[in-house]
Amino acid sequence: MYKVISREAIAPDTFDIWLEHPNIHKRAKPGQFLILRLDEFSERIPLTIVSTAEGRLRVIIKTIGKSTYKLCAVKPGETIADIVGPLGNPSEIDRFGTVCVIGGGVGIAPLFPIAKALKEAGNRVIGILGAAKKELLIMKDEFLPHLDELYITTDDGSEGIKGTVTVALQKVLKKEKVEVIWAIGPMVMMKFVSLMAAENNTLCWVSLNPIMVDGTGMCGACRAEVGEEVKFTCVHGPEFDGRKVKWDELIKRQYQYREEEKRAMEDYLKEMGGKNA
Amino acid sequence: MPEKNKTKMRELDPIQRIGCFEEVALGYSKEEALKEAARCLQCKNQPCVSGCPVGINIPGFIKALREERYKDSAMILKGDNNLPAVCGRVCPQEKQCEARCILGRVPGGDAVAIGRLERFVADLEIPIESVVKPSIHKKVAVIGAGPAGLTVAADLAKEGVSVTVFEAFHTAGGVLVYGIPEFRLPKKIVSNEVQFVQEMGVEFRFNEIVGRTVPFEELVNDYDAVFIGIGAGAPRFMGIPGTNLNNIFSASEFLTRVNLMKAYLFPKYDTPVKIKDRVAVIGAGNVTMDAARTARRLGAKEVHIVYRRSEEEMPARLEEYHHAMEEGIKLHCLTLPVEYLGDANNNVVAMKCVKMTLGEPDSSGRRRPVQLENSEFTMEVDMVIEAIGQTPNAVLKAGFSSVQLNKWGSIQADEETGRTNLPKVFAGGDIVTGAATVIEAMGAGKRSAKAILKYLAGV
Ligand SMILES: Cc1cc2nc3c(=O)[nH]c(=O)nc-3n(C[C@H](O)[C@H](O)[C@H](O)COP(=O)(O)OP(=O)(O)OC[C@H]3O[C@@H](n4cnc5c(N)ncnc54)[C@H](O)[C@@H]3O)c2cc1C
Ligand SMILES: Cc1cc2nc3c(=O)[nH]c(=O)nc-3n(C[C@H](O)[C@H](O)[C@H](O)COP(=O)(O)OP(=O)(O)OC[C@H]3O[C@@H](n4cnc5c(N)ncnc54)[C@H](O)[C@@H]3O)c2cc1C
Ligand code: SF4
Ligand code: SF4
Ligand code: FES
Repeated sequence: MYKVISREAIAPDTFDIWLEHPNIHKRAKPGQFLILRLDEFSERIPLTIVSTAEGRLRVIIKTIGKSTYKLCAVKPGETIADIVGPLGNPSEIDRFGTVCVIGGGVGIAPLFPIAKALKEAGNRVIGILGAAKKELLIMKDEFLPHLDELYITTDDGSEGIKGTVTVALQKVLKKEKVEVIWAIGPMVMMKFVSLMAAENNTLCWVSLNPIMVDGTGMCGACRAEVGEEVKFTCVHGPEFDGRKVKWDELIKRQYQYREEEKRAMEDYLKEMGGKNA
Repeated sequence: MPEKNKTKMRELDPIQRIGCFEEVALGYSKEEALKEAARCLQCKNQPCVSGCPVGINIPGFIKALREERYKDSAMILKGDNNLPAVCGRVCPQEKQCEARCILGRVPGGDAVAIGRLERFVADLEIPIESVVKPSIHKKVAVIGAGPAGLTVAADLAKEGVSVTVFEAFHTAGGVLVYGIPEFRLPKKIVSNEVQFVQEMGVEFRFNEIVGRTVPFEELVNDYDAVFIGIGAGAPRFMGIPGTNLNNIFSASEFLTRVNLMKAYLFPKYDTPVKIKDRVAVIGAGNVTMDAARTARRLGAKEVHIVYRRSEEEMPARLEEYHHAMEEGIKLHCLTLPVEYLGDANNNVVAMKCVKMTLGEPDSSGRRRPVQLENSEFTMEVDMVIEAIGQTPNAVLKAGFSSVQLNKWGSIQADEETGRTNLPKVFAGGDIVTGAATVIEAMGAGKRSAKAILKYLAGV
């Protein structure tokens, strides 16, 4: 059993949660994730480890379906049943020169430890953070000390550049030579960033988040075609060279369980009397 | 293979059982068990025992049973087999103990139903005080709580060794909990058996993936010996075009969702599982039968097993195959899928197949299937489950890089002792042999436990 230490709403439908765990902080590196199970009935929910401290770790969650709603409804002081981690391979952090890190939506959260580590490794770090609108833009102040430059984009123009993150990336790439790009966000965003990176012959790491079951490489649910090879995201990834990912197939697989998810959510809301945490 | 003089076991009616996940085989009543036990000839040379990978004293437990000394019978079983309620249900008896029974070798005769009797005795749940010897002040780490790991843990604990089991999942049992379905092996039985191991003082550390969340080297340093029993965990895919279309799953994913995560009780349990109308399951082993019968229970209208060899080469346990056929599952032998076809949404809609014929025997001794020319045809399916076998989980093993592997990528270990290239480290079960059986994994565990004790006595 692992205690929820704190829970804070940092944007609409987005929660910043610290959990107690005796060991994960000792081993977790940027880019890695964990899987948690809330209780006997729960799914196994994969989440990126955003930060750690002695005996604790931090996750940032967007509520999109039953499992994330249930998780964000757990109150500080209450416990969750299982946490396993760190899983996946750490990001390949090195001193590259100039790098550009791009986060979209809740993807900004998993990008944070990577940006921080890149800065610590001595890179010039350009950040692009994108959201649908101003209220949904998370962690901006936390990023600032770790960035040399920051671009913000919003779909509706309520903050920064109006448009998607690729608009800002275009500007950056015109201005200077970027050695490596990291992009984390919705699959469609990662796809378009990867296409732009490919045109510029720039390595572009993306962190894939396909549906997972075990997260230990024994089911193949998380498979993705990368460079003509089938890879299991949980053990071979989660980061891959986005230029090699077969995106369209992956994006369609993401919605495989849509009917079931909808049913689960509707049932859950009914049970909760239509209201949530 | 109709049974002749073996005492029949009652089963749920096929129509009734495809609507639920209740156990199909209902077990013997006392009268039935005594009747069957009476058939045993108590052979002096005990041919049956040599067919059991853990060498259970079969005539001994049967004798005690028919004299209605149930506790003695249970003690004999537990002495050689920590999981008799499991083995009585899932052992391929027709290839193991019962294959050697003298009664089965006479024309027109049936072997004694050893497995069913074993199950009967185990299911009486007679409490047996496990005799745990005083501590010998040695500690052993066991990696993986499948049949191999559980056996090592129990056998060492009995001898006064302090044992810690590291298990990747939140619960113990390995394939017994995430692979084999409830209707064949109720999970309550597994948890009873695990509890028995726990009561001997074995400590379980769940949610620990050795080589990922705990370094293997740390265990090697901290413990007097280490046993690796991590199973043959990764699914193989056929790798034909279209493998990543929607609604194509590995049997491991499908069964893990249903068994470990209880997706058959969705939405009470949160994990969903897909089910469609026309399901093809590729393969013909136990895993195939389990996946096919699970699909049927979840509501698939048609379930087709597609197998590239012939009925004779099918590796599945006979009883499961019969059960599958009774449940209306169709078998297509000598058929090999070569491509999956999808619609605009990437959902699989059909499978291109070719017909096969059997050629010369291959290395496994089974006749090799070869493709018939111009035999291509299309089968309409809207869901596919591939059950063509498992391989060692290569990536997890990266965390065990100091352990030597064999040419199949499994761990190289001595068959008699489980010794690996590292002096302190032993291995057994599917991670050494490739996918095999529960009782073989337990047999390997038994032998390793003995070798570990010897090793501990020497250091
Ligand atoms: C390696 C990894 C790291 C992740 N890190 C984070 C994180 O730090 N913060 C966070 O909020 N979420 C993260 N996710 C996504 C998170 O696990 C899913 O949002 C969650 O499992 C959805 O469960 P649900 O029942 O709430 O929604 P569901 O009802 O299951 O899903 C609703 C919709 O969301 C989409 N979806 C389903 N599963 C996923 C998924 N795994 N990833 C993305 N979309 C999905 C589907 O399109 C679906 O239609 C991560 C996923 C992975 C694989
Ligand atoms: C669907 C299915 C049906 C089957 N039916 C039958 C049958 O009817 N009869 C029969 O005799 N056999 C059957 N088998 C085969 C049998 O189950 C296996 O041979 C047996 O379980 C092998 O035991 P094991 O202990 O070696 O491995 P497993 O049972 O695979 O257990 C390995 C354990 O190790 C854990 N693990 C893996 N990696 C790590 C790690 N790095 N750190 C910590 N823990 C780890 C796993 O989570 C798992 O719990 C079936 C198999 C399947 C998949
Ligand atoms: S453990 Fe399996 S092989 Fe051994 S006697 Fe029992 S059923 Fe037969
Ligand atoms: S071989 Fe058959 S008849 Fe003989 S002792 Fe064994 S079970 Fe009994
Ligand atoms: S989630 Fe099962 S293999 Fe990756």
